[in-house]
Amino acid sequence: MPALIEIERLTKRFGSFTAVDDVSFTVDRGEVVGFLGPNGAGKSTTMKMLAGFVTPSAGTARVCGHDVVDEPVAVKRCLGYLPEGAPTYPEMSVLGFLRFVARVRGYRGSEAEDRVARAMRLTSLEGVRLQPIETLSKGFKRRVGLAQALLHDPPALVMDEPTDGLDPNQKHEVRELIRAMAPEKAIVISTHILEEVDAVCTRAVIIARGRVVVDATPRALEAPGRTLDEVFRELTLGGARAPEPAAAEAA
Amino acid sequence: MGATLAVARRELAGYFATPVAYVFIVIFLVLSGALTFTAGGFFARNQADLQPFFNLVPWLFLFLVPAITMRLWAEERRLGTIELLLTLPVAQWQAVLGKFLAAWAFCAIALALTFPLWITVNVLGEPDNGVILSGYAGCLLVAGAYLAVGAALSALTKNQVIAFVLAVAVCFVFAAAGTQVVTEFLSRRLPALAEVARQLSVTERFGGFQRGVIALRDIVFFASFIGFWLFANAVAVDHRKAD
Repeated sequence: MPALIEIERLTKRFGSFTAVDDVSFTVDRGEVVGFLGPNGAGKSTTMKMLAGFVTPSAGTARVCGHDVVDEPVAVKRCLGYLPEGAPTYPEMSVLGFLRFVARVRGYRGSEAEDRVARAMRLTSLEGVRLQPIETLSKGFKRRVGLAQALLHDPPALVMDEPTDGLDPNQKHEVRELIRAMAPEKAIVISTHILEEVDAVCTRAVIIARGRVVVDATPRALEAPGRTLDEVFRELTLGGARAPEPAAAEAA
Repeated sequence: MGATLAVARRELAGYFATPVAYVFIVIFLVLSGALTFTAGGFFARNQADLQPFFNLVPWLFLFLVPAITMRLWAEERRLGTIELLLTLPVAQWQAVLGKFLAAWAFCAIALALTFPLWITVNVLGEPDNGVILSGYAGCLLVAGAYLAVGAALSALTKNQVIAFVLAVAVCFVFAAAGTQVVTEFLSRRLPALAEVARQLSVTERFGGFQRGVIALRDIVFFASFIGFWLFANAVAVDHRKAD
């Protein structure tokens, strides 16, 4: 059986700038891949291509065996996606928003209500269910985004900085949630918090200037008495140094 | 279809969750009511019909409809929710159609709320209600045509002001194409274009409905006009979604 998420020579060019350059990796059920890299390295662009929002310039990706270019709707059905910044409709209530997502995903009646209730329970949103999203704190907004991504209990999950803006307790909760779901799903999270990789990921894929520079377990990375921090700096700064500032801007 | 309706429902509820809907409806009713009785000479004409009202509607919609459509896509792009919407299992045409239907339903609500005018003519005289009904159908089609234009232009920009101004300008071209000033000018200078302009004019097509004539070719015109702009909308969303 093929892996749930397969990325094959994925490339994205914006004009003459190559944001994502020939990236390949796969994620199997039970794996949590930490997708690491400095800002502008191409993490978000890769994830947007996986979610079918950005069209690849070359290469492709498959989610649950469906091609992101040829069968985008099938991919979106089996993928939970948390976009960068967790955008949601500010004037809607938490409940209204999740009901909308359930309806778009084809759930009706009591099944829709059950799904919404479950997603709110997983992300501890019951207390604010009737509040307009715009009145919520950053941490709650992020959890609304998470609830939306988990609503249909997808086999594959792609989350762009799921813990960004959360306080330490909330970060802990989200990591617990990811750990609890991990055995059932193929998960990709992007982050630049390295401790997170240690805490939840079974594998780390480090990307710099659009290219994968390392794909290994966190253990293997820091093996010879070095911290993950040092490894990250060495891999993303060292070697082929100096990403031209102008090009980095364009990302 | 389910996803299209879900998008439409959310969008329509969104109008009423903010003051947009109420401001629009109040301004539309006040302007259409006041102008019908003053500039339109509702009483002075001494005829039981709604012609003064129908004369106004395409020109009122010219400014009010772009005010609805300017936010349709521009707001989604500004908030980043377009990424959320288009990564849900919705085909692009479903999102485009859903948003259009919501805006159209909203215009229908605003039009329906002008019913006191209809009651007034029926109390004062014996109007031909068939003509009135066909006039309302025409109004709805004009609204649909302007909405389709405005929605497509909204997909091109993050900025609502730009979306509004562009939509008013383009809708004005299609509204004015059938006016006497334009057709006379064109028939003197470019006779070949005069007929084309008249054929493409939204107000000219509306004229038939206003007189109570529902012609197949006018319906086909509005359907293809709306279809064309919705298609342009889908193309614009596809090309510019991630910018």
